[in-house]
Amino acid sequence: MNAGLSLEQAPPLSVPLRFFLSAPLFGLAAAGLLLWRGPDVLASRWSAGALALSHLLALGVLSMVMCGALWQMLPVLAGVRVAQPRRTGALCHSLLVLGTLTLASGFLGAGQNAFRVAVLLLGLGLGAFLTVMGHALIRAPHAQDSVRGMRWALLGLAGTVGLGVTLGLGHGGLGLPLWRWPLTDLHLAWGLLGWIATLIAVVAWQVVPMFQMTPPYPLRMRRWLAAGLFVLLGWHSLAVWRGWPLARLPALLLALVLAALALITLRLLSRRRRKVADVSLAFWRVGMRALLLASVIGAASLLASPTAAARLALAATLLFLLGFALSVVNGMLYKIVPFLVWLHLQQRLATRIEVRHSIVLPNMKSIVPEKRSRQQFALHLAALLLLLLGVLLPTLLRPAAALWLADFALLEWNLVQGVLCYRAECRHIDHYR
Amino acid sequence: MLTNFLIADHRDCDALFATAENAASDGDHATASTAFAGFEAAMARHLSIEENVLFPEFEARSGMAGGPTAVMRMEHEQMRAMMLQMRRALDGRELDDFLGLGETLHILIQQHNMKEEQMLYPMCENALADSAQALLERMRAY
Ligand SMILES: [Fe+2]
Repeated sequence: MNAGLSLEQAPPLSVPLRFFLSAPLFGLAAAGLLLWRGPDVLASRWSAGALALSHLLALGVLSMVMCGALWQMLPVLAGVRVAQPRRTGALCHSLLVLGTLTLASGFLGAGQNAFRVAVLLLGLGLGAFLTVMGHALIRAPHAQDSVRGMRWALLGLAGTVGLGVTLGLGHGGLGLPLWRWPLTDLHLAWGLLGWIATLIAVVAWQVVPMFQMTPPYPLRMRRWLAAGLFVLLGWHSLAVWRGWPLARLPALLLALVLAALALITLRLLSRRRRKVADVSLAFWRVGMRALLLASVIGAASLLASPTAAARLALAATLLFLLGFALSVVNGMLYKIVPFLVWLHLQQRLATRIEVRHSIVLPNMKSIVPEKRSRQQFALHLAALLLLLLGVLLPTLLRPAAALWLADFALLEWNLVQGVLCYRAECRHIDHYR
Repeated sequence: MLTNFLIADHRDCDALFATAENAASDGDHATASTAFAGFEAAMARHLSIEENVLFPEFEARSGMAGGPTAVMRMEHEQMRAMMLQMRRALDGRELDDFLGLGETLHILIQQHNMKEEQMLYPMCENALADSAQALLERMRAY
């Protein structure tokens, strides 16, 4: 019964960090693209530039961090250890990096071969990730709500990858271009809801009560949210696919579920027991407000006239990716990275028995200084607001892109500071006499 | 049964921690110091209940002495060391250090508690089903 249970603390630090440190660089690439190409990029949700941009963000930034974090969270949540974490982590990471870059270059005009290579790299990289994580989650000895929720999220990722591979082969001249429109729509829905929103919801009901000391999420929500999302997603997919009547109903219900998640989280945060307002809390609040707004605007886009609907859907998608998912992910990074640095320093120190009581390790707040993360939060908020205004007034998009560049650069800088602190402290520990 | 008792104990410790932290962030040294003393005592009791009552019983019955409980014991040591540092910061009136250490300790405790609540306690519950009532009495009386 207990075979395979492992309560060990963490995989090697390099495994999650390589994902975390790459993510802001893809954010820089996305912001650079918007700065370079200007308002044309966002002229339509389906323009080649918009597709390059959204994949740089969804794969290069969001999925990058989420994959890295899962490597870290699985032992804590499920008590399973991933075999050979260093090797498999490095493999998935490099395939994801190269695949995302190739895919973006394909959308930007590099030709059919770029799509073929991208499909191969991303299919292998994310396929390997899904295999490793799926295997671990199936073996998990105690299937709690969170383990079950994560299985749903992985299923969402698998669906997204499957649809993406089909679309990518179409772009690569190897598929059926006729299917492109409904498949693109479904690929987006599965990626945003089945993968990103599901995983964030599962993580939220684990970490929000823990980190902020709030009451727990309602039991019914923890039990049914992920499954409910998938029933609606399946209904939506079939309705789009087969042209069922009332095709908009499941999409409206999906918006309603996400709005409920946002409202419940905001309410819990307002009832938190810890009063110390850290930057992570600020990111979560912005993220959940953005999710609420994205759900409302997304629902409005389903009921609006076709021209208004396109603008509204664009605003909802941007709000979801950059306002909701990126804010939450960013807030989590400021908890996870300093803690992991501290934890690994602690473990290193423990091996030096003769000096371990003479060295005082830096605490989390000196590993990544709060002042710098606050500044990055301010940049993030300003960039987000300007981008939303830019949907209405396209001349504002270039200034918004410049703010995003600064935002991602400062995020990378802050994370690198954490790593430099780790290196310096390691030397200190190793050479202390 | 065992699980519920220990989870409730975790929450009680959390509440004392929050009181101390909230007071420290308001600059209220006296309240912080009293609440933190309560937290230290509650934690000391909780950790030794696990180490001296629950874990030995589980290790004997499941035959897993070097496995999960060894990691839990190591994390308890990390917590004790952090609490000592926090006490020193508090007595030296270094409230910023106290808060920074507190943030670190808080996450350490939470990820530890999560492993216990979601995995270790249910395992104990399974392995010790027939002696749970007696064990619970011993924990309450500790
Ligand atoms: Fe414990």
